[in-house]
Amino acid sequence: MSDATVPPTPPDYTQPGRVPTGPKLITTRFDQPDGYTYDGYVRTGGYTALRKALTEMTPEQVHQEVKTSEMQGRGGAGFPAGTKWGFLPPDVFPRYLVINGDESEPGTYKDRKLMELDPHQLIEGVVIAAYAVRAAQAFLYVRGEMALAQERLAQALNDAYAHNLIGRNILGTDFSVDVVLTWGAGAYIVGEETALIESLEGERGMPRLKPPYFPASKGLYLQPTIVNNVETLSNVPWIVNQSGQAFHDLGAPTSTGMRIFAVSGHVNHPGVFEVPNGITTFRMLFDAPEYCGGVRDGRSVKAFIPGGASAMWFFDEHLDLPLDKPTIDKAGSMLGSGAIVVMDDTTDMVAACWNVVNFFSRESCGKCTPCREGTTWLQRILKRILAGDGRPEDIDLLMDVSESISPGIAWPPRQTTICPLGPSAVSPIASAVRRFRHEFEHYIQHGRAVDGVVTPPIHGVHGGARIHV
Amino acid sequence: MARLTDANVVVAKEIIARFPRPKSALIPLLHLAQEQDGFLANDAMAHVAELVGVTAAEVYGTATFYEMFKFERVGRYCLNVCTGISCHLMGAWELLEHAEELLGVKAGSTTEDLLFTIEGVECIAACTEAPAVSVNHRYRYRVTPEDMDRLIDDLRHDRLGGEFPAHGVLARVRQRTPDNWAGTGAAAQQAVDAR
Amino acid sequence: MSDVKTDAPADAAPEPPKKTTLSITVDGRAHEAQPGQLVIDACEDAGTYVPRFCYHHRMNPVGMCRQCLVEVEGPRGPMMVVSCMTPVAEGQVVRTETPGVKRAQEGVLEMLLANHPLDCPVCDKGGECPLQDQAFSHGPGESRYVEEKRHYEKPIPISDLVLLDRERCILCDRCTRFADEVAGDKLIHFISRGNATQVNTFPDEPFASYFSGNTVQICPVGALTATPYRFKARPWDLTQVESTCTTCAVGCRIVVQGSRDQLLRYQGVDSDPVNWGWLCDRGRFNFEAVNSDQRLGTPLVREQGELRPTGWSEALARAAQLIREAVDAGGPGSVAVLGGARGTNEDAFAWARLAHDVIGTPHVSAQLGDGMPVGLLALNRATIDEAASASTIVLLGPDLKEELPVLYLRLRDAAEKRRSRILEFTPKPGGMTRYAWKSIGYEPGTQVGAVHAALANDEIAQQLGAGNVVIVAGRANLAETSAAQVAALGELLAAVPGAKVLPALRRGNVVGAVQLGMRPGKDGMDSRAALAAAADGTVECLILVGSDPLSDVPDADLARRAMAGARRIIAVDALPSPSTALADVVLAAAAFAEKSGTTTNLEGRVTTVGQKVTARHTARPDWMIAAQLAAALGTDLGLESEADVLAAMAELNDSYAEISAAALAAAPDGVLAHVPTTLDPINPPTVAVPDRNSYDFRLVVSRKLYDAAVGTAHSPSLAHLAGGATIHIHPADLDRVGAADGDSVKVTSKRASGVFQATSDTTVLRGTAWVPFNQPGGTVGELIDATAPVTDIRIENL
Repeated sequence: MSDATVPPTPPDYTQPGRVPTGPKLITTRFDQPDGYTYDGYVRTGGYTALRKALTEMTPEQVHQEVKTSEMQGRGGAGFPAGTKWGFLPPDVFPRYLVINGDESEPGTYKDRKLMELDPHQLIEGVVIAAYAVRAAQAFLYVRGEMALAQERLAQALNDAYAHNLIGRNILGTDFSVDVVLTWGAGAYIVGEETALIESLEGERGMPRLKPPYFPASKGLYLQPTIVNNVETLSNVPWIVNQSGQAFHDLGAPTSTGMRIFAVSGHVNHPGVFEVPNGITTFRMLFDAPEYCGGVRDGRSVKAFIPGGASAMWFFDEHLDLPLDKPTIDKAGSMLGSGAIVVMDDTTDMVAACWNVVNFFSRESCGKCTPCREGTTWLQRILKRILAGDGRPEDIDLLMDVSESISPGIAWPPRQTTICPLGPSAVSPIASAVRRFRHEFEHYIQHGRAVDGVVTPPIHGVHGGARIHV
Repeated sequence: MARLTDANVVVAKEIIARFPRPKSALIPLLHLAQEQDGFLANDAMAHVAELVGVTAAEVYGTATFYEMFKFERVGRYCLNVCTGISCHLMGAWELLEHAEELLGVKAGSTTEDLLFTIEGVECIAACTEAPAVSVNHRYRYRVTPEDMDRLIDDLRHDRLGGEFPAHGVLARVRQRTPDNWAGTGAAAQQAVDAR
Repeated sequence: MSDVKTDAPADAAPEPPKKTTLSITVDGRAHEAQPGQLVIDACEDAGTYVPRFCYHHRMNPVGMCRQCLVEVEGPRGPMMVVSCMTPVAEGQVVRTETPGVKRAQEGVLEMLLANHPLDCPVCDKGGECPLQDQAFSHGPGESRYVEEKRHYEKPIPISDLVLLDRERCILCDRCTRFADEVAGDKLIHFISRGNATQVNTFPDEPFASYFSGNTVQICPVGALTATPYRFKARPWDLTQVESTCTTCAVGCRIVVQGSRDQLLRYQGVDSDPVNWGWLCDRGRFNFEAVNSDQRLGTPLVREQGELRPTGWSEALARAAQLIREAVDAGGPGSVAVLGGARGTNEDAFAWARLAHDVIGTPHVSAQLGDGMPVGLLALNRATIDEAASASTIVLLGPDLKEELPVLYLRLRDAAEKRRSRILEFTPKPGGMTRYAWKSIGYEPGTQVGAVHAALANDEIAQQLGAGNVVIVAGRANLAETSAAQVAALGELLAAVPGAKVLPALRRGNVVGAVQLGMRPGKDGMDSRAALAAAADGTVECLILVGSDPLSDVPDADLARRAMAGARRIIAVDALPSPSTALADVVLAAAAFAEKSGTTTNLEGRVTTVGQKVTARHTARPDWMIAAQLAAALGTDLGLESEADVLAAMAELNDSYAEISAAALAAAPDGVLAHVPTTLDPINPPTVAVPDRNSYDFRLVVSRKLYDAAVGTAHSPSLAHLAGGATIHIHPADLDRVGAADGDSVKVTSKRASGVFQATSDTTVLRGTAWVPFNQPGGTVGELIDATAPVTDIRIENL
């Protein structure tokens, strides 16, 4: 480290051609008007990977390609998909494959697009994966609110069955599998894999304790079950066609392949981008004209959420970090579900913090006491502060209640709960209180936000129940 | 407002048969009931309980866990303004307030003519298109107050044709159970369940 | 072990015994835990109580209250885990008192209290409340929660017996898990989500479970309260005694609680071989009958046609005189003694002595034509545990859910946990049918054929041939004699010689009564024959020991004629009944909880019953009445105290030789009496059952848990739960007779005809009709001829 006090000049990506690029793997049909149809898919190379897998490869070979790719799961936890498949206990049947299409982490917008715009690509990935893991049946669980995705997938499944791409003796081989389209009805927690399994069993979507309920050994109907994200499986046809090594050669060795990031919030051109994984930085995404084209109105980034609402927030010192899993983990947050939310310097941090906490408190399943009671308590304290009724002790109370949910308030979070939803509500509090404590104090002293920020007219209601101040 | 119609019972049975265990069909069947009546009537829930072989209390326990299910009549159009963090940053609350003024009811309630129910909802996965709005789970993106004026006016005057089917209708294409249905999962699971 | 002498040479190191426990460390102390045990239980065994709300050792852990967090040393340092879902492991290091654990436990308690109302002063649970207690022992001291608490309408009835205060509820999932896992009545459920989660029923569908009271007992807060106890007492005013419920023959262990000499509550005691802490609602709440205003507190004698109160000396003298007159007129055999199954062992023993030895009559019976031949009790007897761990449980008897409810829970558990397969033979599918591996419905009278056919089935034969078999045998139908049932049992025993038998007899101490002598002696008549003899005048004097033939005997006409024919009737009872109303002398008996002693359950398990309150006025225990009556007849039985009776019982009955106060004090779960060797063996009869005319229906009559029995009818909380005596017919058969659900139909048997309301019921087998017995206003007994092998009826739409 030099002892110079002059901060280094940040890199400039505001001109075209200054950021790394890579091929599109799974977003190729986003702009193709008939990309979602059977004809449109087949015309652009669809179902060649399935034929290749079923007629030229053993299940083990398919599994090996996915292992070689080292593709990290795209649902949030980032666990390598090939390794996950390897956790299935040998010789225990039937096994199931469950596709998690319950995308609902605030900031996340990719799976819905993949399901609406390229449903056959997902289905092809599903059937190949079912072949690789020898699943007896696959369940495509789509978020309840996604009517168009359900419609497109239903049509795609019907067409795929009609063309002998799913069902009995697929493509004339010995391999048979059914893919059932099913869907939820509005519950964020169902995105957690054990809660999703509960929901798929017709239950309330309340997470199961791991151990003993690791889905790979005790999943759906307590049978071995693999739960994979939509984006993860959408990559599988490409991997089969081009090889796992070809995938591994893209991106960084520690975060392979291309990956979709949705960048929303205060940028000029919010969007969904498939970028080289592990080497693209946040600043590239925010500033490059290929991506977001800069922060809104030329303002500066006050904070950003790097990986969905559960993540710890990042600030300007994190802008040049690459979107690389180990790097981001080490910096104290996560890439999660590829959801980046940018807040510029007009953002009311107390209100933003409330918004995220409110989300988790409303989405708590109610099973664990600390989450059920604690997230609501946090939400009410924040709401009270926003309403001008904060007390000086409330800031410490926020941290202390957070401590009861997530001891140590560290990253990765420890938890007094079964699943990470409760600790997720602690992330915005820890982030905002630690970095912007003065904004909370200002609310408490003056009953309003600091000067220069915009407070949205939060007044309302969610799902019919008024939020009491 | 009642039990499932005969036609829907046929659909229900086809859905049930696709799963290794009947209760797995519960949520799809509740959607079917909501599609039929616009909300979940007690008789319909009791009927679904019979069809999947559980108690009505179990059905109720599952149904009330999920926000999309309504237990009393709602408007023909459920207008959901997303208030997730991205939309929050991009004017969702202002939009919600605007919609409340337009419709003359507070979020969470239904207009007297039973045409609109307005709600502020959690993230609907359209974050890069904030602020986003959905009507009966069909999306509108980057909605301005003027867009909202026009949308509500169009809906009031039924000018949007089939874009927004009545509340409760989700996919207008159903998965079918074709002749080459493999049935391997259900058979294997039922063998396990019989010990 | 060091002083154990062995023959092994000193230099050959003996093989160390294989360790069957797991060595763990709890807060630095070494402890040997049982394999499969959970950390929370191992800690408790090691002397460390880990606070908890959702955990209940009789139900599956759910780990949702998060109160039992402890630290367990893991590969990556100490991990905070819920001790209720973490199994013990060899070498495990558990810490329950670190600052981290203490902080976490305080945090959870503060959260649990955040929305909990501060209405402890008016809450039934206050003083015995796990939340209150653990808030003091493990809580943070004060709450920092200043937001408004959750509000709900308080309380709401979720059934006729149970109220729910959702504000007090801490959502521990105990009641809902109980309803699901233990009772199988999934009528209460978590509703809504997150902070709005509540327990509730489906709209307008109440928590009508026979076991609902258990949820009140296991609720760790005052959210669930029972109407019979609500606002009646504060826990610190209660005193209690351990006892055994004698409502039915399962013999659930309970504590009887009261205050100021009044009974207020029964709570289940976790007796491992019997009830696991559970009770049925009938047993739990029928203490109200003991408190009833209608109780008989003084003896009554008939004078000028009216019963009038009198003193004991006059009443006993009159009773002795009636007995003497009868003996003088027709010899000892002109006296018949019926009953004894509702009292204690001591009562039965003393009455058996009086009947057999003092009066000298062999006509003694503890059953009332609704039971089985006493030889059932001489068979190779199974315990409940043996039944609940058998490979196959064969049910050849009544609907256990209705008649022996907690046995139903134990066997249901065996089936649900897949320890046992249930093979059910039944004339009317009932509570256990849905848990049965195979349920074989048969038309009354054809059970022998049904058993034959089953035994010829390879799959069933294979099942019966592999592993232990326990047959639960009893009377499934009161509208047929026991002959076919006995014959079917004989067939099963012949085919599965190693099978053990658990008698499914219903009355509380029927097994004790029979074993201790309340059974026919040499050439003695059973109750049906004795009643017939009373009807024709051969039996001059009927002595009813806590029995009510007019309500209990299936053949109503027989009972009525017997009561009319008997010239002298002596009734010993605690409550007035149709039969006491016809007695010449009524001797007021002490009720349950007004006397101590022992009882014998259907396994033969002898346990104590305790006295909690003084007997009503001058009412006294049956055994004392027997002794005093013997004295009035000139014989001193030498029974001055319960201890005397217990000692005499042990001396004179081989079965009870090992029963003593000391033995019982040492074994709170009871001591098994030996299977008696002196009972007449059952003789599988040859049964000639006439074919049913195809226009007829074959009648099935059986009991429901709630009926017009005296203990239920005098318990205001329970009396209205009896459903009524409608006739249940399969919908297709209902069509056939041209009637609809709810119509009035005329029902005609050879004996009589009557009008019943019809109920369409898919559980009823085609060609049969089912009517519950002894329902308020019910007249089904009029159709039954106790001597007929089956009862066929004609049903016509009116």
